[in-house]
Amino acid sequence: MPANSSSTRVGRIQPAPEHHLDAATLDRAKAAARSGRRGFLGTAAAGAVAAVTAGRALADGPGAPGSALPPTGPVALGAPVGAFPYGMPSKHESMVVRRMSPGLTRTPHSSISFTPLQNLFGIITPSGVHFERHHSGMPEIDPQQHRLMIHGLVKRPLLLSMNDLVRFPSVSRVHFIECGANTGMEWGNVAVPTVQYTHGMLACSEFTGVPLATLLGEAGIDLSKAKYILAEGADGSHLTRTISLEMALKDVLVVYGQNGEMLRPENGYPLRLLVPGVQGVSSVKWLRRIEVGDAPWNTREESLHYIDLMPDGTHRQYTWIQEVKSVITTPSAGQVLLDKGYYEITGLAWSGRGRITRVDVSTDGGRNWRAAKLQEPVMSKCLTRFRADWRWDGNAAFLQSRAVDETGHVQPTVAQLRAVRGSRSIYHNNKIQTWRVDANGEVTNVQIA
Amino acid sequence: MSRSLKFNAVAALFAATGLALDTAALAQSGKPASAAKPGAAKAASLPQSARFNLGREARPDEIAVWDTDVRPDGHGLRKGRGTVERGQEVYDAQCAMCHGTFGESNAYLALAGGVEPGDLKTGRASRLRDPDVQRTLGNKLNAATTLYDYIWRAMPWTNPMSLSVDDTYAVTAYVLHLNDILPADGFLDEKTILTVPMPNRNGMTRNHGMSSVSAKPDVQGTLCMTNCATEVKVASELPEFARNSHGNLREQFRLIGKGAVDTSRYEPKPGSALAGVVTPAPAAAPVATASVAPVVTGNVTGARAGQLLAKNACGTCHHPTNRVIGPSFSEIAAKHAQRADGEAYLTKKMKEGGSGTWGAIPMPPQPTLAESDARELARWLMTGAKP
Repeated sequence: MPANSSSTRVGRIQPAPEHHLDAATLDRAKAAARSGRRGFLGTAAAGAVAAVTAGRALADGPGAPGSALPPTGPVALGAPVGAFPYGMPSKHESMVVRRMSPGLTRTPHSSISFTPLQNLFGIITPSGVHFERHHSGMPEIDPQQHRLMIHGLVKRPLLLSMNDLVRFPSVSRVHFIECGANTGMEWGNVAVPTVQYTHGMLACSEFTGVPLATLLGEAGIDLSKAKYILAEGADGSHLTRTISLEMALKDVLVVYGQNGEMLRPENGYPLRLLVPGVQGVSSVKWLRRIEVGDAPWNTREESLHYIDLMPDGTHRQYTWIQEVKSVITTPSAGQVLLDKGYYEITGLAWSGRGRITRVDVSTDGGRNWRAAKLQEPVMSKCLTRFRADWRWDGNAAFLQSRAVDETGHVQPTVAQLRAVRGSRSIYHNNKIQTWRVDANGEVTNVQIA
Repeated sequence: MSRSLKFNAVAALFAATGLALDTAALAQSGKPASAAKPGAAKAASLPQSARFNLGREARPDEIAVWDTDVRPDGHGLRKGRGTVERGQEVYDAQCAMCHGTFGESNAYLALAGGVEPGDLKTGRASRLRDPDVQRTLGNKLNAATTLYDYIWRAMPWTNPMSLSVDDTYAVTAYVLHLNDILPADGFLDEKTILTVPMPNRNGMTRNHGMSSVSAKPDVQGTLCMTNCATEVKVASELPEFARNSHGNLREQFRLIGKGAVDTSRYEPKPGSALAGVVTPAPAAAPVATASVAPVVTGNVTGARAGQLLAKNACGTCHHPTNRVIGPSFSEIAAKHAQRADGEAYLTKKMKEGGSGTWGAIPMPPQPTLAESDARELARWLMTGAKP
């Protein structure tokens, strides 16, 4: 069939010319090849392409001559299998990266980078954009040299290599990690422009490791005396955190796997603790020591930082649980709605106390609410994706989401939080987030009275 | 709750973890886990014996090396003694460059200030009720042992665990002196550190709902669905000048199915306070995890130097053109430009630190700075420290 045949039908994809040269053209091409005129085939093919281009003025159906769509089928030989032994995202996805908030910290070695929540789908955070929080930089650790020591109120203090740890019976569970300071910049007023900065100290992964209870059992924990454990990292700060025995025996994991591979260095390679539902600092990275004790340790990260200042001047200490919280990730601040009409409102909900049981959304700043759909599976202490249909009528709107967990805890407004805790507590801000949609489609971060 | 009751409660919790006990039962009995008889007594006995026999016993001398933590009740304290006077020597040499000569902070956590004389008696930092008070170590910390513990295992920041036990007591004593808690002729040892009247020792509370999943939350939202009583009035939003503060937002969204606002080209609305004022310069939000290029030979470019400066946190104290805590890179370049052994000299200075060349504030030694990094940076400095 000639490339520009009159039999071409609207709605069909124009075949690629190199497979569809007519018999006469092919004969001429073969003759030319025999006589050494190697450029002929290219000339013929170029002619066919020119014919297609000329045909564009004649029809406008998808894929038909005259459509703006490119021809179907292979247009060039692609990259070979094995070109990328470890695949990376498309070059067109370069906006999906961790970012830092300028001026938030004095040095990048004790700092935070934020997960680009605005660009992610579902509930799993790709390991490469999981937010980072280091206290003395990121150590480089050889797994063959790494050891975990378990001592204190135990019958048999243990020294475990990575070879030992991966031989214990393992479990995989999906849990969120949220820094206690997530949304902490917004206690007093709006401070940052997008959901990456308001809520991006948040990530969710499938973690694989050994239940801490198994290891404490192996060491022969003295349950008549033990009340707390101390976890310590192998970074320069030797970051230490107290964890209650109740949590340690219930669902804490000693983790080496994340999303099917080993932990990334910035997330604790080769070993970290995971304390589900508890502020991220307790999930000590580069874990090297666990001490069993009978009193909390009052470490620097429990008495100078990660304490919540109340209006009466007292500090709340050992505020571990990340309470029920949600945020709409699309539409969210920084985006622009291009036209009136249908949009899917979607976002994330989570609770350190268990499962999410419902999420409501409002488009009028909290006057009226309706239930969002929850994407299965809904898991305990895990991100839950919610969705709701919305037709934007072109008027200003105020988008909000409100989550409820299985204990009946309802996500509060910022006014309800401030009435009890004031605005200086830095940590544990689980307020309802408001995004304003302007009549021009621009979405911005606001707090409403 | 009696001890035995508590013991049983914890044992039952242990049983609730399921997998640990089931696999243990399996390993012991050789039968499927479900065949093992449930029971608190059996569960409680299991953790007392080794069950997988993986790893090896940690020896006391090994534990002694790693077990550095100190609790407010004195658990973990080592024998030692340090005076305020000795503490000042160590502090001025190794701490003041970041925390300030008087603990007021050059850049990092302020160590002193915001403490009232009466606080030592009450154990409550009274000024923490003041919304504008600077929060410092002095008015937040509730136990002197925590200060010792943190200095011992994490400070100086670039060279942790390099202080002796005695010097750790000494620096702790000096920081407490900066807060008027210890006198100039005071000292600390493993006994006196437990009696320090910290100004905020009674300022912490554990009376809240965030220590346990079963505890009651302090702030409950409202589950209203229609015509809810709320005034929809914008109380706070980003000021216009801050729209580009985190870089151009248009470059931070996947522009498929939606747009994103180009904040770099933002122009203030007519009539706004910013109208007629210069449009904010486009800033790039720092993208995390910039990788460091392989070592190069020959000239060191400004870009390469920038990577090394970032990697080694040189910007903490040094700026390209301005004197901050230490001299600027251009000052260093100018001063040593004619020095024949400049490259070797600067490499050594970076690694070993020193003081006197640029004033009283010393540069601490940088033991974690790679020799090759130091040499490259020295070469960059000796060729003009060009950006």
